Amino acid sequence: MSGRRQIRWHIAVFLAPAVLVYTAIMIVPLFGTLNLSLFNQTPERTTEFVGLSNFRTLFGDPRWSGAFWNALGNNAWFFVVHMLVQNPIGILLAALLSSPRLRMAAFYRTAIFIPTILSFVIVGFVWKLILSPIWGIAPGMLDVVGLKSLFAPWLGKEDYALTALALVSVWQFVGIPMMLIYAALLSIPDEVLEAAEMDGITGMSQFWKIKLPLILPSIGIISILTFVGNFNAFDLIYVAQGALAGPDFSTDILGTFLYRTFFGFQLQLGDPHMGATIATAMFGIILIGVCIYLFGIQTRLRRYQF
Amino acid sequence: MTTRTLRIALLTSTLLAGAAQAQDVTLTIESWRNDDLTIWQDTIIPAFEAQNPGIKVVFAPSAPAEYNAVLNSKLDAGSAGDLITCRPFDASLELYNKGKLADLTSLAAMANFSPVAKSAWQTDDGAATFCVPMASVIHGFIYNADAFAQLGIEVPKTEAEFFAALDKIKADGTYIPMAMGTNDQWEAATMGYNNIGPNYWKGEEGRLALIKGEQKLTDPQWVAPFTQLAKWKDYLGDGFEAQTYPDSQNLFTLGRAAIYPAGSWEISGFNAQAQFKMGAFPPPVAAAGDTCYISDHTDIALGLNAASPNADQAKVFLEWVGSPEFATLYANALPGFFSLNSTPVEMADPLAQEFVSWRDKCQSTIRSTYQILSRGTPNLENETWNASANVIKGTETPEAAAERLQAGLASWFAPQQ
Amino acid sequence: MAQARISAGRSIAAHAVLITYTLIALFPVFVILINSFKSRKAIFAEPLALPTRETFDLIGYTTVLKQGDFFGYFQNSMIVTVASLFFVLLFGAMAAFALSEYRFRGNLLTGLYLALGIMIPIRLGTVAILELMVASGLVNTLMALILVYTAQGLPLAVFILSEFMKQVSDDLKNAGRVDGLSEYTIFFRLVLPLVRPAMATVAVFTMIPIWNDLWFPLILAPAESVKTITLGSQVFIGQFVTNWNAVLAALSLAILPVLVLYLIFSRQLIRGITAGAVK
Repeated sequence: MSGRRQIRWHIAVFLAPAVLVYTAIMIVPLFGTLNLSLFNQTPERTTEFVGLSNFRTLFGDPRWSGAFWNALGNNAWFFVVHMLVQNPIGILLAALLSSPRLRMAAFYRTAIFIPTILSFVIVGFVWKLILSPIWGIAPGMLDVVGLKSLFAPWLGKEDYALTALALVSVWQFVGIPMMLIYAALLSIPDEVLEAAEMDGITGMSQFWKIKLPLILPSIGIISILTFVGNFNAFDLIYVAQGALAGPDFSTDILGTFLYRTFFGFQLQLGDPHMGATIATAMFGIILIGVCIYLFGIQTRLRRYQF
Repeated sequence: MTTRTLRIALLTSTLLAGAAQAQDVTLTIESWRNDDLTIWQDTIIPAFEAQNPGIKVVFAPSAPAEYNAVLNSKLDAGSAGDLITCRPFDASLELYNKGKLADLTSLAAMANFSPVAKSAWQTDDGAATFCVPMASVIHGFIYNADAFAQLGIEVPKTEAEFFAALDKIKADGTYIPMAMGTNDQWEAATMGYNNIGPNYWKGEEGRLALIKGEQKLTDPQWVAPFTQLAKWKDYLGDGFEAQTYPDSQNLFTLGRAAIYPAGSWEISGFNAQAQFKMGAFPPPVAAAGDTCYISDHTDIALGLNAASPNADQAKVFLEWVGSPEFATLYANALPGFFSLNSTPVEMADPLAQEFVSWRDKCQSTIRSTYQILSRGTPNLENETWNASANVIKGTETPEAAAERLQAGLASWFAPQQ
Repeated sequence: MAQARISAGRSIAAHAVLITYTLIALFPVFVILINSFKSRKAIFAEPLALPTRETFDLIGYTTVLKQGDFFGYFQNSMIVTVASLFFVLLFGAMAAFALSEYRFRGNLLTGLYLALGIMIPIRLGTVAILELMVASGLVNTLMALILVYTAQGLPLAVFILSEFMKQVSDDLKNAGRVDGLSEYTIFFRLVLPLVRPAMATVAVFTMIPIWNDLWFPLILAPAESVKTITLGSQVFIGQFVTNWNAVLAALSLAILPVLVLYLIFSRQLIRGITAGAVK
């Protein structure tokens, strides 16, 4: 306790490498960029401070705000699909994998995680091939089961393209919630489960009543990681549909909107100032989401932890 | 292990830099033409290096979609190559205005190019030229000649003949009438709208009138190409909405589709992959005997990074790029990229000869959206991609699309207000 | 008896679900691999057929291997990934320990500061990062990539690891202090082994985006000698857009090393993740 008064150098030593690298390579460049949102280029090619006027353009000018809300709405749907499909499937697979005496568990675990290690370049290309109306893998397979009529060129239809891509993304990343939940399930002490079995709680009801509450904190972490990941997503849409996020901007999410604005596309010149404005708005959205999680949800989840 | 690799990494980079300074100067070319990597490595660069000992050239392309973003980042940070492949018009003009591209007006080779050839890489007043023109691409339609012969179809000259041919192919059912998809959007605009459009807006006449504000995108001559595109839908393959550009290319070269709305840059790829006879025809005119207009678009040029430490050697290379020798080499190595050099170039490829022969009987123009009109937000070219794809799919009427483009253009372009 | 039948039924159901999903997960990879060995006509005619004697064709592979140094690309990717992973885990764990173990002024603030990076894509700082690398002469070196990926991976590492470190029992650490161990020894000898499962989790999360990143190699290290495998295969895909033999072969070559690597390490990975579960 006498150490309280001294300078505890070891804290600084523990923190220094991370803080230094992170500050120099990430924070300084990033804030340099976000700072751009408060400036504009004048016709004389100098920059002038314009306060919040770029934000007024983004939310006030119908051309900008229309694109922004479209991207935000699409992004929200992208997230919803992940929460409703990816995470439940991940939990289901983990629950099955963790059941005792399951044969070939290692094989399943390994196989299901494989899509996660593939790059977006590969994933985008493969799924475009499979869903292609020309190459015929998806229509051919539907034909075999007599459902050819269900096939549509999904990636080219405004109504389906975003959902189709969200499901591709789910396919790619389902391994992550699966692994995290799997680890959480395995770390539940045997005594707890034995006690439950003594009380006659087994099988499904054991999962719902005993295991699920115990893995809630992990589900919480997964949810927030999914949220942050989805709202920063860019690559899959870009690889599959290009920077214009067709058809008719129906797959445009914040990441592609930002990329197009910041770096430009084809004849459209990059606009770092409006790009930075969008980036700041994205940052705000994610910050709000994370705060809701940290202060609203996580504190409540903590009660269940051992 | 890490420290060792680090040391090796640092060592190699110093070695490379050291070697370069010692004697040979290495020039790096930034480009989006990753398709041409082998041609540069095996044909063009060796030809230059043989004549210019002491200068080494490296062709370092990145993917077309990322090129602008990557190049701008590298230029801003000062790590870009010595020679910069120039996009036409505003993208390069902006780089010049920011001082990233050097002024090349005084280059002797510039005398080898007509004012039209240079126009895509000049300041608005034409006072300064900042890239050496390399090539233009011509739009039209490539067709499967075997299929045409088999079905007894003549090469269409007018719109009516064009659609009659498509109907005939469709009725026969062996071939998909036309290979085009809307997934990537740019095909609809570039090989659709800007391919057939010049016949309606009368090429340069309409294009310049639009820039002066004398015509509007909602005028009949600008809506007509959209009306034509809307009719294409019935002749495209199943699921064309999700058909990508490579899909279209493969459909045609595998012999499954009869007509391919094309840019001349396809020629070398198609020659390599198609196992049937091919021909080409220019965009059909409304009535027989009408003047035809073609899109002969100045597409690619080479500029000098203003911050290059090897400016003198880079200029030697640029002079060579402006020479008739390079023109012949390039146009024949890459049939379909037509030299902009004033000296006529002999080309061996029959398909390329067909395309270039249209220059004699039709009026040439460039893509309507490229000069000046895509300077603001919303960007007219990008909007045209979207509108053309929508019109072909039938999700937007030609009139509504034209109106949307006009409103977007008028929102920032003073002559249209 | 009845109990056994129920559990047998249940296990069949479990296998059915898992097999179905495994097929879904592996099918696309399978499609790529089999087609990469077929001739162009066969790819389009029957995409799902296995290569037969007539359709077997290695033209794609010969095209691709003639063009680039895939082994070199692979080595670059390995060096970058392993080195970044090492620094992320070491620095991240150290910082997470400081934040979760000690109470000091600015603790919460430092934690939030380090978490900021989760929320903004580092891609936005590209120009400034590139300027920094140019100024320090690191352009076209693997070091530039390692630095960027370390910075990029740290926020999430600190975020996850500090969650887990809070759960390490105080008794153990205090016992160590009573025995006169230094704080550093406590961290390296007592705490680190206990958070191994969390480290494995972080390793997976950090490794995947690094291995698959296209952007920073393109900007910071596009030279041939430092090209990563993701960039290498992207260049091929761009170069041979219509030559599907070559595209499929390039994709297969990009998948294969990761797959082998993953199969080798997956056991360690699982052991790491589940180590905490051994009670």
